[in-house]
Amino acid sequence: MKKLRFFCAFWLLGLISGQAAATLNVFATVPEWAALVKEIGADKVAVYSATSAMQDPHRIDAKPSLLAQARGAQLVVANGGELEIGWLPLVLRDSGNAAIQPGRPGYFEAAVHVAMRDVPSVLDRANGDVHAGGNPHIHLDPRNLLKVGEALTARMAELDPANAEAYRAAFKSFAGKLQAAIGRWEGEAASLRGIPVLVQHSSFVYLAAWLGLKETATLEPRPGVEPGSAHLASILERQKVVPARMVLRAPYQNAAASQWIAAKAGIPVVVLPFTVGGTPEAANLFALFDETIARLLKASR
Amino acid sequence: MFCKPFFGAALLTASYAALAASDGDLAAIRSQINELKQSYEQRISQLEKKLAQAESKVAQAETTASKAELVANEARLNVRQPQTSAAAFNPEISLILSGSYTYLKQNPAERRLQGFVPSNGELMPENRSFSLGESELAIAANIDPMFRGALRLALAPDNTLGVEEASVQTLGLGNGFNVKAGRFLSGVGYLNELHPHEWDFSNAPLPYQAFFGNALGMDGVQARWLAPTPIFMEFGAETARAMSFPATDESKSKNGLMSASAFVHLGGDVGVSNSWRGGISYFAAQPKDRSYDDPLNGLNNSFSGSSRTWIADLLWKWAPDGNAGKRNLKLQGEYFRRSEAGDLLVDTAASAQQGSFRNTQSGYYAQAVYQFMPNWRVGYRYDRLNSGSANVELINNGQLTAADLPLLENFSPRRNTLMIDWSPSEFSRIRLQYAEDKTRPEATDNQLWLQYVMSLGAHGGHRF
Repeated sequence: MKKLRFFCAFWLLGLISGQAAATLNVFATVPEWAALVKEIGADKVAVYSATSAMQDPHRIDAKPSLLAQARGAQLVVANGGELEIGWLPLVLRDSGNAAIQPGRPGYFEAAVHVAMRDVPSVLDRANGDVHAGGNPHIHLDPRNLLKVGEALTARMAELDPANAEAYRAAFKSFAGKLQAAIGRWEGEAASLRGIPVLVQHSSFVYLAAWLGLKETATLEPRPGVEPGSAHLASILERQKVVPARMVLRAPYQNAAASQWIAAKAGIPVVVLPFTVGGTPEAANLFALFDETIARLLKASR
Repeated sequence: MFCKPFFGAALLTASYAALAASDGDLAAIRSQINELKQSYEQRISQLEKKLAQAESKVAQAETTASKAELVANEARLNVRQPQTSAAAFNPEISLILSGSYTYLKQNPAERRLQGFVPSNGELMPENRSFSLGESELAIAANIDPMFRGALRLALAPDNTLGVEEASVQTLGLGNGFNVKAGRFLSGVGYLNELHPHEWDFSNAPLPYQAFFGNALGMDGVQARWLAPTPIFMEFGAETARAMSFPATDESKSKNGLMSASAFVHLGGDVGVSNSWRGGISYFAAQPKDRSYDDPLNGLNNSFSGSSRTWIADLLWKWAPDGNAGKRNLKLQGEYFRRSEAGDLLVDTAASAQQGSFRNTQSGYYAQAVYQFMPNWRVGYRYDRLNSGSANVELINNGQLTAADLPLLENFSPRRNTLMIDWSPSEFSRIRLQYAEDKTRPEATDNQLWLQYVMSLGAHGGHRF
C-alpha cells in the first residue's frame, strides 16, 4: 500500500513537472493559429491544436481532452469573432486555470486585431448562425496573418520574457518571408481576379476579397443551415444568368450539395485546404496558400 | 437671257477640264487622301496614347483604392469605440421553449415504478394530448473577475415558478480548482447535470426517475479539482442541505451536513474519431421523515435513516475525423445502486407503526443515438430497474403482511424507447418518440410523443 502510494505520488509529480518544464504551453483553437504560434515560437513553445482541419470549428463539444489541455495551458490562442462560442467558454470556465480566462494576458483573440468583413447590420437568428462581430474566417487573407502575428508575438513576449527576443526575431523573419510570398501569390493569382465562384459556406470571404474572386451564391441558404433542394435549384437557375466557374468547399464540409450543383452546372468542385492540414500538401501556412492558389488556378483553366 | 449661254459654256468647259486634267488632279487628290490618312493615324495614335494613360491611371486608382481600403480598415479598427450604455453589461439571457403532444395507451394517473418509493419528481408524461413543457429562463454573467453567477427559472405549465438553478461559481481560482455555491444540479453521474432540453430523449431514464426524481438538485457547495494530467481526471465533492429526493428533510430542523457526494471523472480521446468520459460517483444522505404516499393502499408512510447511492457512468462519442456535423454516434450508459437502512413509519396519519427497514435497489439504462445525416438522428434506449426485496421488520415480525405495503413488492420495471429527431439548426429540435413502458406488473403502456424543444437568446454551450 505504502509502495503504491509512493508510486502514485511520483507519477503525478512526473506528470506535473513534465508539463511545466521547458516551454510555453499554448492551446490554439484552430490549426491556423497553432501554425502561427509555431512560426513565432519554434522550439520554445508546445502547441496543442484543439481542432483539426477535418472538423467544423463551429461544432465542437467541450470534451474532456480539451479540458485537460486547457488546464495546463499558459496561453490560449482563440480565433474569436464568436467562432468558438459553443465550446470555448465552457472549456475555459471548467479548466480551473486562472491564467487563460478572458481578459487575462493568457487569453488571446485573433479576430480583434483585424478588420472584420460582413458585419451584420441586423442580428436575427432567422438569418441563420450569424456572428455579431462579422465573418470569423479571417485567416485566408494572408495580410491578416501579419497583423495577428504581430499582436501574438507581443503577447508571447509578455508571457515569456526570457524568450521575447527569440519570438520577435522569428516573427520578423516570418513576416519578411510572408510579405515576399504575398507578392508572389498576388502575381500568380492575377488571372483569378473577377472570376465568379459558388461557395458552400461563407468560409472564403477573406480569400475572395484578397484575390478578387466574385462570390455569386452560397450553397447554404443561411450560414450554418444545410443546403436544401429548393435553394440549390434556385442557384442553378441563377447559374444560367451569372455562370460561376467553380464551387469552393472546405474539407470538413458536406460534399453532397457541392457535387450535385457541380454536376448539374458542369463546373468543377474545388476542395480548398481551408486551413493548415486540410490537404496533405497544406502542411504549413505558406503551403496552405500555395496549395489554395494552385487548386484555384487549375480549376480556372 | 444673258445667263443661259454662259451657263452652257461653263458646263462645257468643266466637262472638258475633267477629261483633260485627270493626270495632274489625280495626284493632288492622292496627296489629299494621304494627308487625311496621316492625320487620322496621328489622331488614332494620340487616342491610343490617351487610352494607355487612362488605363494606367485606372490601375493606379485600383492600387490606391486597395491601399485606401487597408488604411480605412486600419482606421475602423482604431476607432471602434463602444458606445456608452447602461445596457452594455446586460447578461446572457436565454429561453428554452418546449411542448409536446402525447398519446398514452394507459391512464397516466395510474403510472408508478413498482417496487420503488415515489421520488416526487416529475414522472413525465403527466398528461395526455397537448401539453406545454417547462419553459426555462436562464440568465448568466460574469460578476467580476472572480465570480460568475447563473440563474435558471423553470416556468411550469401550471403557472408555477421554480428555481432550478441559482448559483455562483469561481472564475479562475487557479490550479484546477472550481467552487460553486447555491442551488445547482449535482455533478454525480453523467446525465444529472444536463437540463431536460439537452436530453436525447423526451423523458429521463428510469434510474434517474426512481433514484433522484429526474435529477439530483443541491442547495449547497461544490468543489471540483481538475488534475494537471494529459488525460482528463476530475475530482469533485459536494455537500448540501437535504433538499430533494432521496435526501428529504421536511422539518428543516437539523444543523450541519445532511447530504454529501463525491465523484471522479476520467476521459480522453482515442484517435481523432473517438472521445469518451467515464466516472464513479457516490451520494450519501440522511433523510429524515421522508414521507411517501402509497397509491395502492392510500396510506402515507415515512422513512428516516441513511441512503447511499453509487453510480457508474460511461459516455462514448464517435464521429468520422471528429467532425460531428455529418455523422456521429453517441453511446451512453449509467448504473445505479442504492442501499437504504433505517426506520419505516407505516401509516403516519393513523396507526403509525414503526420498524426497521433495509433495502438495496439497482437500475441501469443504456442508449445509442446515431446522427445518420446532417440534422437527423435516431436513438434507442433500454432502461431497467431492480427493486430488490425490502427487509421490513414490521412484516418479519408479523405485525404487517406484504399486502399492507403493496408498493414495495419486488418488481423489475423496464422500458424500451425509440426516437427520431430533426434539428434544422442547433437551436431547434422536433422529436418523435415511442416507448413501451413496463414499469408496473398489471399493464404495458405504449407512449407516443411528438415534442419540440427550442432555445433562443444567448448561444448555449456544447457540453460533452
